[in-house]
Amino acid sequence: MTFLKVTDLSVEFTNNKKSVTPINGVSFEMKAGEVLGVVGETGSGKSLTAQSIMGLTPLVGGQVSGSIQFGDKDLLTISSSEMQSIRGAEISYIPQNPMTSLDPVFRVGDQIVEGIRTHQKMSKKDAKQLTLDIMEELHIPSPRQVYMQYPHQLSGGLKQRIVIAIGLVTNPKLLIADEPTTALDVTVQAQIMRLFKEHTVAKNISLLLITHDLGVVAQVCDKVAVMYAGNLVEYGDINSIFGKPNHPYTQALIACIPTMGMIKGDLSAINGSVPNAGSYPEGCRFHTRCPYIKSQCKTEVPSMKSLSGEILTACHLY
Amino acid sequence: MDNIVEVDNLSVSFDVRGGLLLRKIGSVQAVNNVSFSIRRGEVLGVVGESGCGKSTLARLILRLIEPSSGKIRFNGNDILKLSKNELRKQRRHMQMVFQDPFSVMDPLYTVFRSLNEAFKINGIIHTPEERLSTINGLLEMVNLSPLHGHSYPHQLSGGQKQRADIARALALSPEFLVLDEPTAALDVSVQAQVIKLLDELKEKMNLTFLFISHDLSLVSYFCDRIIVMYLGNIMEILPADAVSKKPCHPYTKALTDNIFSTIPNKENSIPVLEGEVPTPFNLPPGCVFASRCNKVKSLCHEEAPLLRDVPEGGQVACHYPLFDISS
Repeated sequence: MTFLKVTDLSVEFTNNKKSVTPINGVSFEMKAGEVLGVVGETGSGKSLTAQSIMGLTPLVGGQVSGSIQFGDKDLLTISSSEMQSIRGAEISYIPQNPMTSLDPVFRVGDQIVEGIRTHQKMSKKDAKQLTLDIMEELHIPSPRQVYMQYPHQLSGGLKQRIVIAIGLVTNPKLLIADEPTTALDVTVQAQIMRLFKEHTVAKNISLLLITHDLGVVAQVCDKVAVMYAGNLVEYGDINSIFGKPNHPYTQALIACIPTMGMIKGDLSAINGSVPNAGSYPEGCRFHTRCPYIKSQCKTEVPSMKSLSGEILTACHLY
Repeated sequence: MDNIVEVDNLSVSFDVRGGLLLRKIGSVQAVNNVSFSIRRGEVLGVVGESGCGKSTLARLILRLIEPSSGKIRFNGNDILKLSKNELRKQRRHMQMVFQDPFSVMDPLYTVFRSLNEAFKINGIIHTPEERLSTINGLLEMVNLSPLHGHSYPHQLSGGQKQRADIARALALSPEFLVLDEPTAALDVSVQAQVIKLLDELKEKMNLTFLFISHDLSLVSYFCDRIIVMYLGNIMEILPADAVSKKPCHPYTKALTDNIFSTIPNKENSIPVLEGEVPTPFNLPPGCVFASRCNKVKSLCHEEAPLLRDVPEGGQVACHYPLFDISS
């Protein structure tokens, strides 16, 4: 049975009678227990893809088309009450900013309990015990004390752990984490990524990890989806993508990351910047910045083609 | 090689006030007894986690905040002794590029007007024609077209704004530039553009940079020497190529271990430095890193280590460095 299959997902917004498609025809698939990394720069549509899977896009006025098959259900056609029972229980979401996603006037422990009791029939006492257990599992020091604190009393790393606890405590099948470590220091980022690695593998939870940091992806993922300006440009197994990327954008993205021991002058940049959602060029959306541009690229949108092994690429070069 | 900036025993502490009457309830030592020098023509990097005092240090060097004690010499002049007027004259030679390009430019001014401001205030280049050609030249130098001069900041992308801000900093041909996380708000592809641009400008205009960042791999790529800070103290000063090969301080080693490379590595566990940066409020005596260090011994809790020379170049403040530095 399919675990998660996204087919031809598009999101359209209408602004002043002008239509904008920040996500256009994205398709990918996830197996149970797999870790998929979605990478791309600002405005590539990573977060919107995640929000569409969570069924949150209509709330901000987006028109979603395509299909999102989760188990035997299509998340885009089920009723909103059915979606409500899946959201938080079977699919959990860890939002981008731990600083603003916790309610400032409730104790953090109670916020974890609320998530449990929304989806499971459980006494307050049992829910509290479960909360303390998960806090301990996530290496939160002195859980009983932290349980009683308010978000502003906690450091960024601890707040992020609480948000992760809320996501994990209902034992979801799929966890979607949207830039979970962007706001954190490197040493804390390493701690959090280690937690993700330990907990998703141990409980066989599938993880959809959204990030702009290719280093983070390399440490934890099985597969990578590279997005650019609302399109999926390359998708496949992590070793192929990092070892032998086909798409010029993936190649360029890897070459712009400074690494230890890199010789000065070896860093390459991509000219220009990611276009705004309202002003995407015709044809391949990357053609304005691509070094291998052909005339075909300006008019025709490339489709995903299967190239070497486990890798799909959308580029006219191949 | 001569030194453009020399910093001696520089400290600054901020009072923390609390309670009903906002009485002083303690103080935070943001920068603690820091000494180093910047050689003419080099790129000196400062790395550390948030709250380690790197931005405070940058502002101190330009005397944007007053230190509690210590000395700063710029081109041999003690800038802490300068009067307001003399300081303004010196500021032409030392400029700063800020972290957030979105809030640094006046939203009601065009880029041209923002740049023109510098010439007006300093009373140089009087004719409008000359100013126009100088500003267009500046914009071209940072890979913007003269047309961008007519844009307002909100019409520019993040990378363009950061380049406009670099043009602003370079307008008066300074010798020394402090770059405070100039790429932290940018995408990697744009970060690479800005880094390449800075490198070109440095060669073209014989600049010296103090480059502040939390990204150790970026710093080790771009800088010649690196200062590693933790809670207001210098832990280690080392040549950039020693960061990966021979870090002497356990904290530098922990930072290098936490750089995620782009080599797929799903199977192996991620090495972790436990704990978080403690609050800088009323620190215990001894080494500030002692609470997180895995090499900690009893001496570390009693006595703060001083910076000692490393034979291969650099200095380290640790009682038990990872490599022998006795020779």
